[in-house]
Amino acid sequence: MNSQHDDVIAVDAVVPAEVSELDKQQRREKIYTRAIEGHFQRLRLYTGWPLLLGYFLLPWLMYGNRQAVLFDLPARKFHIFSLTFWPQDLVLLAFILIIAAFTLFAVTAIWGRLWCGYTCPQTVWTAIFMYIEQRFEGSRSQRIKLDQESMSWKKLRRKTLKHSGWALVAAFTGITFISYFVPIRQLLPDLLSLTANTSAASFALLFSVATYLNAGYLREKVCTDMCPYARFQSVMFDKNTLVVTYDTKRGEPRGSRKRFATKEAHQGDCVDCELCVQVCPTGIDIRAGLQYECIGCALCIDACDSIMEKMGSPKGLVSYTSENALTGNEITGLPPKTLGYIAALAVMVTLFSFSLVNRSLIELSVSRDRGQLYLPAPAGLIDNVYELHLTNRSDQAKVFLIEVDGIEGASILGDAAVTVPGGELLELGIRLRADPNRLTRSGTPILFRAVSISNQTVYAEAESRFIRPTL
Amino acid sequence: MTDFWSGWIIILTSTQLIAALWILLGNRKKPEAEIKTTGHKYDGLEELDTPLPTWWVYMFVSTIVWSVGYLLLYPGMGNYQGLLGWTSTGQYDVRVAKAEDQYRAMRDRYLAMPIEEIAFEPKVRKMGRRLFGNNCAQCHGSDAYGAHGFPNLADDDWLYGGTPEAIKATLIHGRQAAMPAWQTILGDSGIKETTQYVLSLNARDADARDAAKGAQHFQTYCVACHGPEGKGNQLMGAPNLTNGIWLYGGTADQIAHTLRNGRNGKMPAFSETLTEDKIHILTAWVYGLSRSSSQATTAANF
Repeated sequence: MNSQHDDVIAVDAVVPAEVSELDKQQRREKIYTRAIEGHFQRLRLYTGWPLLLGYFLLPWLMYGNRQAVLFDLPARKFHIFSLTFWPQDLVLLAFILIIAAFTLFAVTAIWGRLWCGYTCPQTVWTAIFMYIEQRFEGSRSQRIKLDQESMSWKKLRRKTLKHSGWALVAAFTGITFISYFVPIRQLLPDLLSLTANTSAASFALLFSVATYLNAGYLREKVCTDMCPYARFQSVMFDKNTLVVTYDTKRGEPRGSRKRFATKEAHQGDCVDCELCVQVCPTGIDIRAGLQYECIGCALCIDACDSIMEKMGSPKGLVSYTSENALTGNEITGLPPKTLGYIAALAVMVTLFSFSLVNRSLIELSVSRDRGQLYLPAPAGLIDNVYELHLTNRSDQAKVFLIEVDGIEGASILGDAAVTVPGGELLELGIRLRADPNRLTRSGTPILFRAVSISNQTVYAEAESRFIRPTL
Repeated sequence: MTDFWSGWIIILTSTQLIAALWILLGNRKKPEAEIKTTGHKYDGLEELDTPLPTWWVYMFVSTIVWSVGYLLLYPGMGNYQGLLGWTSTGQYDVRVAKAEDQYRAMRDRYLAMPIEEIAFEPKVRKMGRRLFGNNCAQCHGSDAYGAHGFPNLADDDWLYGGTPEAIKATLIHGRQAAMPAWQTILGDSGIKETTQYVLSLNARDADARDAAKGAQHFQTYCVACHGPEGKGNQLMGAPNLTNGIWLYGGTADQIAHTLRNGRNGKMPAFSETLTEDKIHILTAWVYGLSRSSSQATTAANF
């Protein structure tokens, strides 16, 4: 706040809440946000930094001789520390996405747009870019003035500094993103020496430019016009959901007054300073009630609390509260819908953990050779030939013994012990010999089993058929 | 595509494009125009007939401009080939050539090395198995133990020789067996007697009198290829008749059938299908097969 306005907080002639939806479609003005400090801003800082550091530092972590978290698309392998996921594990990804969705639903039903306000990259990067803007172009009023000025050396210098800052953050963001797919210890030197492969470099550039435009220019338009979650969040809301709310009963009728001046009987607590509007990253007036543009960032709470403190009024004119709390109908416990979200979440987490723990690292598939139905063998026996595909998804080589079940006295010709190197697929031709007179059916189901020699509990099975001639 | 269908597609496509453009421009309201409602009203909510934002309209227009450029460059208008001459098969060939380039260096390195040296190299075994699976397993079986009429490649009995050179020659040029039919020359009794002799060569139960007569037939007709002792001749692809390995079955009936009608087994030439480096690797794989499992059972070739 500027010091000369400390005593009187002027009433603006225009009441922004009167701006209708339609007008906003027609002309949209650039939003100049005012910087504010306060409880919720600090909270955002403490939750945001660990996440940001995690994002930027994770690719530098090593596990053994590879990047700890690496989504290796060409090799179709996802590495997350000790775990390696193959395309066959796609169902786990589906589980993770479902878990993420239900977590979002449950959190939204209870605490409102927590994701939007504190952790969404759109909000976080917008905040970073706004911070840079403030560093180089000054406060809200200074920025408005600067934009109205004609081009000068001062303006050029400030703008250049700001855009350089933006570009630097954007480039690091883009490169870091790509480094989850291309090892960063190789990508970064390659990029700096201009020898990186074209697709990695162009994707890094694409993500950098997108970050720059997104956090620099699009900002709140992503939330209000593009984000689908922003539009369907109202489905999750109920009367107990925490939302940023202006206490109309307490605040109205609004009007300016001197600092520490005794309020007249008809006056509300709101001094109409418009600070809540000025700090809002989406440019709305929270006093107009719950709006879909509100991302629940609580900047207006911090702004209003700072004014209330100055005015000697209790804080919380704008606060995190629920519709029920405001009308005094507070209920204890969670409503059924929220319980449903939590139950669905619990089921999915259980399913996911179970699948993750019981995920088989070996896989066997069998196909019968189609060249011949069966082959005559000495002593009236017959042969069937199969092709086995044995995949070892662990990272060590394993020795397997091939066994077959389902036909008495059936034997495997040749070597039944095979070694499969870690992370590889072995193709193996197998010939099975049996006595046709002991088979009751022309096609007898048989079960192939590849058992690890070192650990009998590690095995994979696959079914096929043994064909005999008509007797 | 016939001219009719070609024309039909050209008309359909261009009509579509023109109609899309007409719908877009014909219904366009100026952004300054007064905003009306569509008359739809539900629960007090009115549906406005707001004009499309200008940038949105231009996005539509640009897709139509794009489509014109696309249809000029690529084959989309009936039989028209497009200025770029793009085809799906052409694109496939480019990808294949790229993949070939990627692996050629490695295969060339192996090509310069002798078969005996690379036969047990893990990479060669893996590549060879793939090549075998794609080109050979249909006849010789996934396990390479062969089938009726198709020799076992995993044992150490060879029709045309098991040296690297011989295996490679078999792969490159193919083999054509020429066991003549002896029915007209030997007659029924001659076939029967020769069969008994061949059985006796393997120390199996045979009629001694017939076998003795058969021996005479053998020394007259068969000796040229199968040799005086019936040990065969790899230069001609004549099999050894004394080791109990039978490509077409070893029962008396089956041997008689072979004698009567002859055999003309054919191994196709792969010089057209596979490049030299691939044949080299496949040779090494087959060569390694009989060396690594020399005890391999003689499977179907009884």
